[in-house]
Amino acid sequence: MKIVVCVKQVPATGADKRYTDDLRLDRSGVEAIINPLDEYAIEQALRLVDDGSVDSVTYLSMGPEQASEALRRALAMGGDEAVLVTDPALAGADEWATAKVLAAALDRLAPDVALMGMASDDARGSLVPGAVAAMRQVPMLSYGAELKVGDGEARVRRLSATGFDWISAPLPLVATVTDQVGEPRYASLKGIMAAKRKPMQTWSLADLDLPADDLAGGALTRVTDTRPPEEKPPTERIENLPPAEAATKIADWLELRKLI
Amino acid sequence: MTYLPTADHDELRAVVRQLAQERIAPRAAQIDDAAEFPHDLRELLAQQDLLGTCFEEKHGGTGLDTIAQAILVEEIARADATTSLIPIVQKLGALPIIQAGTDEQKDRYLPRLASGEWLIAFALTEAAAGSDVAANRMRAVRDDDHYVLNGSKRFITHGSLADVLTVFALTDPEAGGRKGMSCFIVETETRGFAAPRVEHKMGIRGSPTAELTFDDVRVPERNRLGAEGDGFRVAMATLDRSRLSIAAQAVGIAQGALDASVSYAAERQQFGQRVADFQGIQWMLADMATQTEAARQLTYAAAARVDSKAADLPYWTSSAKLVAGDTAMRVTTDAVQVLGGYGYITEYPVERMMRDAKITQLYEGTQQIQRLIVARQLLQRAGVAHRGSQ
Repeated sequence: MKIVVCVKQVPATGADKRYTDDLRLDRSGVEAIINPLDEYAIEQALRLVDDGSVDSVTYLSMGPEQASEALRRALAMGGDEAVLVTDPALAGADEWATAKVLAAALDRLAPDVALMGMASDDARGSLVPGAVAAMRQVPMLSYGAELKVGDGEARVRRLSATGFDWISAPLPLVATVTDQVGEPRYASLKGIMAAKRKPMQTWSLADLDLPADDLAGGALTRVTDTRPPEEKPPTERIENLPPAEAATKIADWLELRKLI
Repeated sequence: MTYLPTADHDELRAVVRQLAQERIAPRAAQIDDAAEFPHDLRELLAQQDLLGTCFEEKHGGTGLDTIAQAILVEEIARADATTSLIPIVQKLGALPIIQAGTDEQKDRYLPRLASGEWLIAFALTEAAAGSDVAANRMRAVRDDDHYVLNGSKRFITHGSLADVLTVFALTDPEAGGRKGMSCFIVETETRGFAAPRVEHKMGIRGSPTAELTFDDVRVPERNRLGAEGDGFRVAMATLDRSRLSIAAQAVGIAQGALDASVSYAAERQQFGQRVADFQGIQWMLADMATQTEAARQLTYAAAARVDSKAADLPYWTSSAKLVAGDTAMRVTTDAVQVLGGYGYITEYPVERMMRDAKITQLYEGTQQIQRLIVARQLLQRAGVAHRGSQ
């Protein structure tokens, strides 16, 4: 049983995000991390290795060359090998182009499960997993709080408003998991040292037989504007008052907004 | 020789910093308040292979260089000085085995220490023999293929927790501490051993500092480290290397206090502006930062000399410990000043850091002992023998 976990390198969650003149994310000098939601996918895959239901875990990323750092960090947590798809023609790739590249790479890696986080921390489109499944014409199990594999199928436990559902589909497939999986493990020191010796391949578009013209240049979406979120008004504090007076002020505030 | 951190060092720092921020820093105040050893964090550090950095790979460790070991201690101490003592003392206690042990002794003990399954402590100090190591009185009397140990030790970090100890005792009282002391590996399950009491301390309160008693403790001869009479030399060679850990701990404490000061000064408003905008505060922060950085770089310089086996190692490690310990004390004291009244209360971490910093001027040789070591190295370089009392 083989799992490929798709991993994206993103700017650190708290980092100040800047854009280049052509409205692409300026990655220079910004601390980069593994997309935190992908860490849950990694953790899920490694738990399946721990319980013996999965034999090998490969990480796959599309990104600039520095994304190999994210793959190395993933390998330090566990798993066997990694593949980075990088090509100058991929700069500015949108979800569609990304999905196309990942689908082509997954065709080559042929995993039983292509596992992804539920969204990326920077773009938050949540479109790639579904697009990859559609392009590869395989089923997709999304938003799993847990993934199980075996007997030619995979199942996810998905939380619902009333409880949870188990959803299954035959292999191979694409699955996404949420932060309900459980805390991702820290890389141990021995894991970090071992990761340096694990195989990492770099593939270009030519290696995947994908014509560059079909991809980023042909992106289906275009970023036309970026702006930071509007600043919230400062928090109104009611403090240093006798309890009764404070309570009245809070009640007035709520009443004014028709909340009580 | 280079002592600039490498990419591997940076990676280790990032990994330990994340662990320290997420898992250790949130526990620090509680550990201090309850004066309880953080068993959970010992477990965590063992799991992450962070108690085995000073052991070779063949003994189950990761065999990191000494700068990397300093970075590990520094980053943990930045969050909590007590927790940083777990890897520090694991190394301190094991150094006599690493340096003077036979292959058989190493194979028997080091793997369990590298994995963190066992904790070790270094039992040298006695009630009447602190700085004056040669005044040790504990006895080891040979009895066929065993030694019988009698006496007591004091101020032994982790002494009440350890599964095994490296213990120094006189095998030849006539020859005195310098020539008549030997070192033994003692498993604490051995009959006659007890840790009856721990100290109530100003700082590093979660790290038990124990009094140990030995009442006819029988130790097999195969547990003697080195030859009879080698004890003093083994102890000094250990301290020449281990005090570097204290320098790293002190740098970490200072950095933690500086971090807290900068973030407080950037938030706190007085007289209609941020405290950080007052030049008087800026000057304090700048002094704290540059002094901490100087101590850090001297520590790394000394660490590089451990690995290059410098002949004048004591000069370097004592200098680093002296500078770093004094820096930690000064920087944490200034941190309390930057935070004002808030610095003096337990709501903020700097008063704890100030209490923790003090020990770095005392243990593994007081600052005064470090000065003696540095001065003797200077005289040695000049070809002049010292004429001191010791």
